[in-house]
Amino acid sequence: MKVGVLALQGDVREHISALIACGVTPTTVRRASELAAVDALVLPGGESTTIAQLAEIFGLFEPLKSRIAHGMPVYGSCAGMILLADEILDAKEDQKTFGGLDITVRRNAFGRQVDSFESDIEFDDGSKELIRAVFIRAPWVERVGKDVEVLSRVDTHPVAVRSGHLLATSFHPELTADHRIHRYFIDEVAKPALQKVQ
Amino acid sequence: MAEVTGTGRVKRGMAEMLKGGVIMDVVNAEQAKIAEDAGAVAVMALERVPADIRAQGGVARMSDPDMIEKIQAAVSIPVMAKARIGHFVEAQVLQSLGVDYIDESEVLTPADYKNHIDKWNFTVPFVCGATNLGEALRRINEGAAMIRSKGEAGTGDVSNAMQHMREINGEIRRLSSLREDELYVAAKELQAPYELVKEVAEKGKLPVVLFTAGGIATPADAALMMSMGADGVFIGSGIFKSGNPAQRAAACVRATTFWDDPKVIADASRGLGEAMVGINVADLPAPHRLAERGW
Repeated sequence: MKVGVLALQGDVREHISALIACGVTPTTVRRASELAAVDALVLPGGESTTIAQLAEIFGLFEPLKSRIAHGMPVYGSCAGMILLADEILDAKEDQKTFGGLDITVRRNAFGRQVDSFESDIEFDDGSKELIRAVFIRAPWVERVGKDVEVLSRVDTHPVAVRSGHLLATSFHPELTADHRIHRYFIDEVAKPALQKVQ
Repeated sequence: MAEVTGTGRVKRGMAEMLKGGVIMDVVNAEQAKIAEDAGAVAVMALERVPADIRAQGGVARMSDPDMIEKIQAAVSIPVMAKARIGHFVEAQVLQSLGVDYIDESEVLTPADYKNHIDKWNFTVPFVCGATNLGEALRRINEGAAMIRSKGEAGTGDVSNAMQHMREINGEIRRLSSLREDELYVAAKELQAPYELVKEVAEKGKLPVVLFTAGGIATPADAALMMSMGADGVFIGSGIFKSGNPAQRAAACVRATTFWDDPKVIADASRGLGEAMVGINVADLPAPHRLAERGW
């Protein structure tokens, strides 16, 4: 399985290290040709407005949207979650997303940088162990569609969701040494989805 | 489920999210919108861009809170603001306004010629300038969560930024080549704490994100700094002192992402109109050089 990390802007390096720790050899994706060469993709943390605009300028927006719609496994953290959402609130006017996940996400829902925090939360992958989650100007999910599974919450707000081949978290597991979420993406989301296609 | 704010990971992590991006100086909400539309990852709210501070002289201070709030209301991307070196009350004010990052900046007139702000006392993260590795490590020791190499702000002359990036990265490479028992003297020479020196020697990089700033005026300048190992760039006067700010801003964003692709940089450089006029750093009398402020 070839896994790419969208490398237009953001914490690409941290996602690459986390994926390597999970035993895959990731590549960076900045061009349509590089997108065509991968089976699964990670959308990193960063500025969702910047990433969406660069994707559009460099002809990645439509191909990426279409790959997602046709079943490519994708994991998005923070900005990546925003980019996967079908609907966003508190967004920049005309801000576009790749979509695919039937959720509504509120940008910067937890507040500004002074409100950014870390906390131990549950992640519903069958393990009872808590996960250290780092939230940076983080979004949360306000509405989930009927096929969307909520894997983590902070108070009542969903902060990790999955629907079929798509996984999104409002926090940044790539900033910690705990690679459970990346491993979950590879083993429980991407591999089964790709087997189904074959 | 205890939620902890202001941790090192949260502060440094915020800077990680800005990597590969351009942070632009803006003086009003309208410019902030232009920057956001062009793909800036953050804006730096200030009263006058460095070129004007230089031209008009006088004491340069923190911006008016009203102006910062208008910019915060106008854009969804992070808003940074500058405090004077050592002026911890300006920093407290900026934190209370909810700015996302504070730049303790040599571009403003220093408030303290001996001490910088004790940045550990704040929830908001700080970025500080550095001309060499020792200066960068002293700032990190005081709590800076992000470093930018200093250039000569407000000149449009990239040579100082270049010199300081080479200096910082050269010193990091040198540290990595030393024997472990030589790091004590290296720490003494760098005037930096041994623990940080050891960490840099082991990892071959700073423990925080390293951006670059000062004198960057064109897409090629931005790409040059990225190829020198910068994690991202600050562009100050270069955009809003040029003929066509919106187009130049977008072009610099594109060149920063594709810094290693000369074709993209060539396309981004076409038809941008007048760049900022520029001043050669060599023509500036020493007392007017901002990069030399910081201790």
